[in-house]
Amino acid sequence: MMSDKKKMSAGAEELHESLQPGSFKYIWRHLSHDSGAVVGMLCIAAILIICVLSPYIFKYDYSKISMIDKNALPSKEHWFGCDELGRDIMVRVFYGARYTLSIGVLSTAISASVGVALGSIAGYFGGRFDSILMRALDILQAFPQLVLATLVSAVLGPGLDKCIIALAISGIPGFARMMRANILNVRGQEYIEAAKSIDCSTARIITKHVIPNAISPIIVSVCMGIASSGLNASALSFLGLGVQPPEPEWGAMLSSARNLIRQYPHMAIFPGLFIMITVISLNLIGDSLRDALDPKLKD
Amino acid sequence: MSRYVTKRILQIIPIILVVSVLIFAIMSLVPSDPITIIMSQTSATAEEIEAARDAAGYNDPFLVRLGNYLKNLYLHGDMGKSFKTGSPVFKDLMSRLPVTFRLAFGSILVSVLLGIPLGVLSAVRAGSLSDRMTMFFTLMLNSMPNFWLALMLVILFSLKLKLLPTNGIGGLEHYILPVIANSVGAVAGIARQTRASVLEVIRSDFVSTARSKGLKERVVIWKHALPNGLIPVITSIGGFFGRLLGGSMVIEMTFSLPGVGSYMINGINNRDYDCVQGAMLWIAFIFAVTMLVVDLLYAFIDPRIKAQYAASSAKKKAKKEAA
Repeated sequence: MMSDKKKMSAGAEELHESLQPGSFKYIWRHLSHDSGAVVGMLCIAAILIICVLSPYIFKYDYSKISMIDKNALPSKEHWFGCDELGRDIMVRVFYGARYTLSIGVLSTAISASVGVALGSIAGYFGGRFDSILMRALDILQAFPQLVLATLVSAVLGPGLDKCIIALAISGIPGFARMMRANILNVRGQEYIEAAKSIDCSTARIITKHVIPNAISPIIVSVCMGIASSGLNASALSFLGLGVQPPEPEWGAMLSSARNLIRQYPHMAIFPGLFIMITVISLNLIGDSLRDALDPKLKD
Repeated sequence: MSRYVTKRILQIIPIILVVSVLIFAIMSLVPSDPITIIMSQTSATAEEIEAARDAAGYNDPFLVRLGNYLKNLYLHGDMGKSFKTGSPVFKDLMSRLPVTFRLAFGSILVSVLLGIPLGVLSAVRAGSLSDRMTMFFTLMLNSMPNFWLALMLVILFSLKLKLLPTNGIGGLEHYILPVIANSVGAVAGIARQTRASVLEVIRSDFVSTARSKGLKERVVIWKHALPNGLIPVITSIGGFFGRLLGGSMVIEMTFSLPGVGSYMINGINNRDYDCVQGAMLWIAFIFAVTMLVVDLLYAFIDPRIKAQYAASSAKKKAKKEAA
């Protein structure tokens, strides 16, 4: 983390100083000068662009069954090979990016907004709501996150939307706890007292002082949350609970590849590789965001 | 200190109670039940199905069913029985617990024993080539789905090199690949966490003081930096264990190991909900007990918590004496 800062040239450091910390421009400047984050952003952008354009750039359709190409090994014609129904794995992998990314983004968006709202109310007002919420979170967190998501999706049944809801619910406790702790921490700071002492209105204190200072760890964990929720989504689909075949979700593809692993191991390689690339990219961006937002690291 | 330990142990009881109610409530939201599933495959009429449901108590009010469930569970240790095989869930789970224990605790052991030294080495040599390599590889390993890693390990070690069995249960060699696949992510995660927290301590004032008074670097690291740097790592081990417990569910399925996790997933796929409830409860229980152990460990290691309790009990004693 710290080594990344060293990599920045002196010129960039100067530009850094001239921008207000925490501003969008400042964060962007930091991200665009951090080689890890740049690689991450480029990978995500490339996967997204190819995913959206996949019907136009590939000559095969992701769902086209062709028995001649059944179980075909990687070749010039099919770079990643074909699956047990002769569908081109490369097209399916790129098309399937939309599932992992949309599940990751949507479920994290839901759990972050619900969690942040609950955590802020509990942290700022305290009292009975706070203690009820904390006990409820204790109960939800009595299960490991993936187990909770499994329980919810067992009840809701399989499907893309249900998978998103299951992962969103299992993510709420983390965000709520984190936001509550941040708010409690910020509330006790001297600058809040200072703002109060110069007769700053409560609304202004909340919007101008509390939220900007409490939200930055949330931004980082949203980025990391998209990564872990994408991972959990693929695990759920692998278990047969999330997105179902024939949809080319990466976990679901691995689940069907698993049955043929003795004869055709190539089918299992690429979907997992892309899960890994996506998750690494998001983590790299998250790491860099943390460096940009965490004032403790700037000495 | 013993007060803290007792208090923390007693806290588990309400959690497990409420968790069992929650699991029952969630599972009763499922629109179908075993009797309907079985009988709808036979030539039974809708009335016969209803009658059977009545007899089995599925049409009772929710609170009555919940009461029966809790009574059977906590007074008789009865978790119901699998409608697929007819065997009692409790007995099934008891025979499957050792597999999950070996997998989950083996994984956490490997993760801690490898992750912490890796992280410490990296932090001590921060910025060096070996540090950067470690950070790169741990980032990669931390971002891998464990079941995919499992498949890759099977391809390499079982199918190509034919060194280890692909799946199933047997001697110790059957656990090697599952434990590796499950723990690699946590090894990487713990290493990164350790590095960050040790680095933070190495930069702190008391370490500079220790250096400036001429202590040997070895003493500075081992006596001053590590004991303080590892405290946050120990707190995070509970979280990692949760991840490993969830992961072992997936790994058990991948390697067809008969553990609690695979019992649960099979229960979900067969709509055998007594099995799911029982397995869920065991997972929550194992997780709660492990978190408790981590908390207690933490309390013993961190002198601040000890001091806090010593101070509060001293105060109480003083109060008593005054009264």
